[in-house]
Amino acid sequence: MTGMTLAAAIPPISAPHIEYLQLSPMLAVFGAALVGILAEAFVPRRHRYTTQIGIALAGLAASFGLILYLAVDGYATNKADLAAMGAVAVDGPSLFLQGVITLVAVVAVLQFAERRLEPRSGTGAAVDAFAPEAAAVPGSDAERRAATSGHATTEIYPLTMFAVGGMLLFPAASDLLTMFVALEVFSLPLYLLCALARRRRLLSQEAAVKYFLLGAFSSAFFLFGLALVYGYAGSVQLSRIADVVEGKATITPALAQTTGNDVLLLIGLAMLGVGLLFKVGAVPFHMWTPDVYQGAPTPVTGFMASATKVAAFGAMLRLLYVAFPGLSWDWRPVLWGVAILTMVAGAIIAVTQTDVKRLLAYSSVAHAGFILTGVIALDRSGLGAVMFYLAAYSFVTLGAFAVVTLVRDADGEATHLSRWAGLGRRSPLLAAVFALFLLAFAGIPLTSGFTGKFAVFQAASGSGATALVIVGVLSSAVAAFFYIRVIVLMFFSDPRADGPTVAVPSPLTGAAIGLGAVVTVVLGVAPEYFLHLANQASLFVR
Amino acid sequence: MDNLIPVLVAVPLLGAALLLCGGRRLDRVGHWLGTLLAFASFGVGLALFFSMLGRSAADRPVHLNLYTWIPVNGFQAEVGFQLDQLSMTFVLLITGVGSLIHLYSIGYMAHDEKRRKFFGFLNLFLAAMLLLVLADNYLLLYVGWEGVGLASYLLIGFWQHKPSAATAAKKAFLVNRVGDVGLSIAVMLMFTTFGTFAFTPVFADAPKATQATLTGIGLMLLLAACGKSAQVPLQSWLGDAMEGPTPVSALIHAATMVTAGVYLITRSSAIFNLAPTAQLATVVVGAVTLLFGAIVGCAKDDIKKALAGSTMSQIGYMVLAAGLGPIGYVFAIMHLVTHGFFKAGLFLGAGSVMHGMNDEVDMRKYGGLRKYMPLTFVTFGLGYLAIIGFPGLSGFFSKDKIIEAAFGHGGTEGWILGTCTLVGAAVTAFYMTRVMLMTFFGEKRWVPDADGHEPHPHESPAVMGAPMVILAFGSVFLGGLFSINSSFVHWLSPVTGYQEGHSPLSTTTVTACTTVVLLLGVGVAWMMYGRKPVPAVPPLGSLLTRAARRDLLQDDFNHVVLVSGGSHLTRFLVYLEGKGLDGLVNGIAALIGGTSGRVRKVQNGYVRSYALSMFGGALVLAATTLLMRAV
Repeated sequence: MTGMTLAAAIPPISAPHIEYLQLSPMLAVFGAALVGILAEAFVPRRHRYTTQIGIALAGLAASFGLILYLAVDGYATNKADLAAMGAVAVDGPSLFLQGVITLVAVVAVLQFAERRLEPRSGTGAAVDAFAPEAAAVPGSDAERRAATSGHATTEIYPLTMFAVGGMLLFPAASDLLTMFVALEVFSLPLYLLCALARRRRLLSQEAAVKYFLLGAFSSAFFLFGLALVYGYAGSVQLSRIADVVEGKATITPALAQTTGNDVLLLIGLAMLGVGLLFKVGAVPFHMWTPDVYQGAPTPVTGFMASATKVAAFGAMLRLLYVAFPGLSWDWRPVLWGVAILTMVAGAIIAVTQTDVKRLLAYSSVAHAGFILTGVIALDRSGLGAVMFYLAAYSFVTLGAFAVVTLVRDADGEATHLSRWAGLGRRSPLLAAVFALFLLAFAGIPLTSGFTGKFAVFQAASGSGATALVIVGVLSSAVAAFFYIRVIVLMFFSDPRADGPTVAVPSPLTGAAIGLGAVVTVVLGVAPEYFLHLANQASLFVR
Repeated sequence: MDNLIPVLVAVPLLGAALLLCGGRRLDRVGHWLGTLLAFASFGVGLALFFSMLGRSAADRPVHLNLYTWIPVNGFQAEVGFQLDQLSMTFVLLITGVGSLIHLYSIGYMAHDEKRRKFFGFLNLFLAAMLLLVLADNYLLLYVGWEGVGLASYLLIGFWQHKPSAATAAKKAFLVNRVGDVGLSIAVMLMFTTFGTFAFTPVFADAPKATQATLTGIGLMLLLAACGKSAQVPLQSWLGDAMEGPTPVSALIHAATMVTAGVYLITRSSAIFNLAPTAQLATVVVGAVTLLFGAIVGCAKDDIKKALAGSTMSQIGYMVLAAGLGPIGYVFAIMHLVTHGFFKAGLFLGAGSVMHGMNDEVDMRKYGGLRKYMPLTFVTFGLGYLAIIGFPGLSGFFSKDKIIEAAFGHGGTEGWILGTCTLVGAAVTAFYMTRVMLMTFFGEKRWVPDADGHEPHPHESPAVMGAPMVILAFGSVFLGGLFSINSSFVHWLSPVTGYQEGHSPLSTTTVTACTTVVLLLGVGVAWMMYGRKPVPAVPPLGSLLTRAARRDLLQDDFNHVVLVSGGSHLTRFLVYLEGKGLDGLVNGIAALIGGTSGRVRKVQNGYVRSYALSMFGGALVLAATTLLMRAV
């Protein structure tokens, strides 16, 4: 008898229904990561480099192909759906941003694989930009031995794949728990990757520790916010939260105590916001960016600056557009303030930077502000504009950081701006490409930067945020100063006698820079198709 | 077939990109590549032309919307092409004459180190000019317009090691900017009035706009045309532009680019027809320039500058005709085409003469060259007969029609304009005969150049001769071809509209008058330069001659009125700025720099500070969110 009641009280646990096809882009990347770990264990050391690159690129290619397949099959529009019991959204924004992230990752892997820039090791092996043995103490004998023996940390490729997998999941997560898991899945490998610079290892490790501590701090905020919102809505499902917020859901008696409590909801929302604003590098949660961007190996910086931003903004859009549109009267004014602060502070602090990587870091802060203006629009045009901006911005950023890896002297990359004087005289092509990227950052017409900025400002002003647009344009003017100052420095200053040399890269970095330049020009000159694509994809499934 | 339209632009653009970015490995083939691509573009143009001929007049115009550059509500920036009879005429002129001049340049620039670059610029010019005439909206037209200005600047200053060339390029660019401001204002006015840049809706809605707006747009378009087509008061750059290599003078500053203004006015006929004030201004500009250029042409001893004066004057004819409205558009374009041929031929002839005379340009140091350069003499001579309007040749048909249309304008204005064009025809005959006589007839007056080299005049190579011969054919037959059964009128009138003028003089009378003034001009020139030897040192001359030698004091006028006036204004503004604005600007810069310097100190490198700022930020964020609800 008692046995029977127990059996009746426990509802049968049914196996979750998983739509493998719809999740396949992420599965492909995670699969590649796992295969990469196995390869690390079983493939002989001398074959690991090529094997790992092959696995990574194959995983990314498969993922991109599957994304295209799903998009063409209609998942981006009419077949958009929630997969895995409502945990993952397969819809237009997911697929668009996932496509951008995989492409960015392909370019990043190409740059990671670059082995022509560093001088060869003692054994004559070509080496990359990463520490030969991550565990060796900087400056120790063990490190010197590792360096001369030509070892390489090929674990970076599986780590990158895990990060990419998390990034693919992050903008697609349609409940808060999945979102949190994705956040951690892509953050942890990035912390590690930051610590792996071959040169200036202490700086690199310091950056990684800072990033890790602050990242953990922000994750705690996110988690706390998650708990509070769950307390309010009784669910972590974004659409369910929206229903409760808008008063459309029937509330179970058990939750009646908390559901009415708006303080829980508002503080929860603010804390979720802190977690996401940290990842996109918005003021005042931006302080890690310059230090981490500077310390991390430059290819990793490029990857982080572009892909993380895409993923984090994707998640922010989904959170605000799906779960909290009903609270827009509460969060929009706050985001207004953050956006203004971010644009102004990013632009102003960048003015006095003397290191090219720090300059680009503050520029990325300012750009986070510009993107936020599009987020505030809270309509389809805002969503489309932000997605277009992210695609445009990530390729410019990748290209710019790739150029930074090429300007070198005996100590590795010469990142102090004064060393870049007169670069245009000695390497006109490279300087011209870098100038193109800077002009795109500045938002000069016929570059992708202009189109993107135009789109987000248009969306923002369309939703009544005219003042925000004015601040945005003024900050762009300030920002143009330091971008163009670099161009002036490169082309109109006399080259220094002891100036850096421009290394001739392998086709890998060449492809990264070339792709960045082509995308920058195409999205500037003929953006219509891509704007259309972004607009078409700009509808969240609930 | 019509999808080929963008190819017209793309082919020379590709050439420019290849030649300018291709580096030294293209040095050996670059000139042939550039020429080949120009001819390819011409081939495409011909194919499109025949395809167009096969359609009835109503079906001939073709639209092709390539893509929308900025698709935003209320602001559509389209990249679209329109190929109608007017554009077609220009396409054939630009690519046809352009290709010939490319060919000629292979010989002319044979010894220039930067020849590849030169062909790159020429290709760039072709692409920009084709974009200008093929655009289906004013915004894209503006892109081509600026591209043409850029190419012109690069080519005038091609020999930038010569300070005079560099200055001339700068001058051309600056004067053109004044015109460009006009075009940009016109485009903006159109956008605010009609909400679009595209030709079709703008012209369709033009009757709904107010008279004042239309007049404003018309006058601004006229200003733009004055800049590009070297019309008074923006004429001063054209003479100096002759510092560029001679093929450039032929292609850009005689046959094609300077006609862009005429194209603009003709293309905007729907606006000008509704704005009589703008039309009046246009005919005044045309009449003044045609006399101005002709007078300047009389006094110049530099063969290219004499031809430049003549160009100015001939374009004055076209602008005048375009200002006459529907009775003149067709003839403006017809004269434009014939002029394109004979003026290009004349310039190429002048280049050929210079080629054989150690780059000497002073006609007082020529003389008797017909024996040494028979081919150049014949082709140049045919061009000469065409430009003075010798009966039966191209210029005769086209210029005669303009003179007739000027009389046909009616009333006192008609008489004044008609008289101006007749006087212009007489002066044209005079100065062109003068050029002819001083160059090819009389005794040889050659002197060794500064290095002591005696010139050895010789005929130019075939690669230069062939284009001259082809252009000479055009100079002879094109006018007649256009006039048989009024074929050109039938061809173009569906686009520009056409109506007969009511000339108080019959066609025969006009023809008789032009022939008389022509003979008069030639006769006087012969009396002055043919009968007696030409002095090697120019005589002092009358006051008018001296003024004309200085381009009728255009630069003095600009200097006194614009430069010194401008510099006084600038000084005043600098004074004001120093007192107020400067402080403000520097203050803002110092404020930003100072703030930046101070704020960056917050970035102290300590994780604990960063975490504290995050915590503070989170507090503020949560507090504001709550506060928003409270208020």
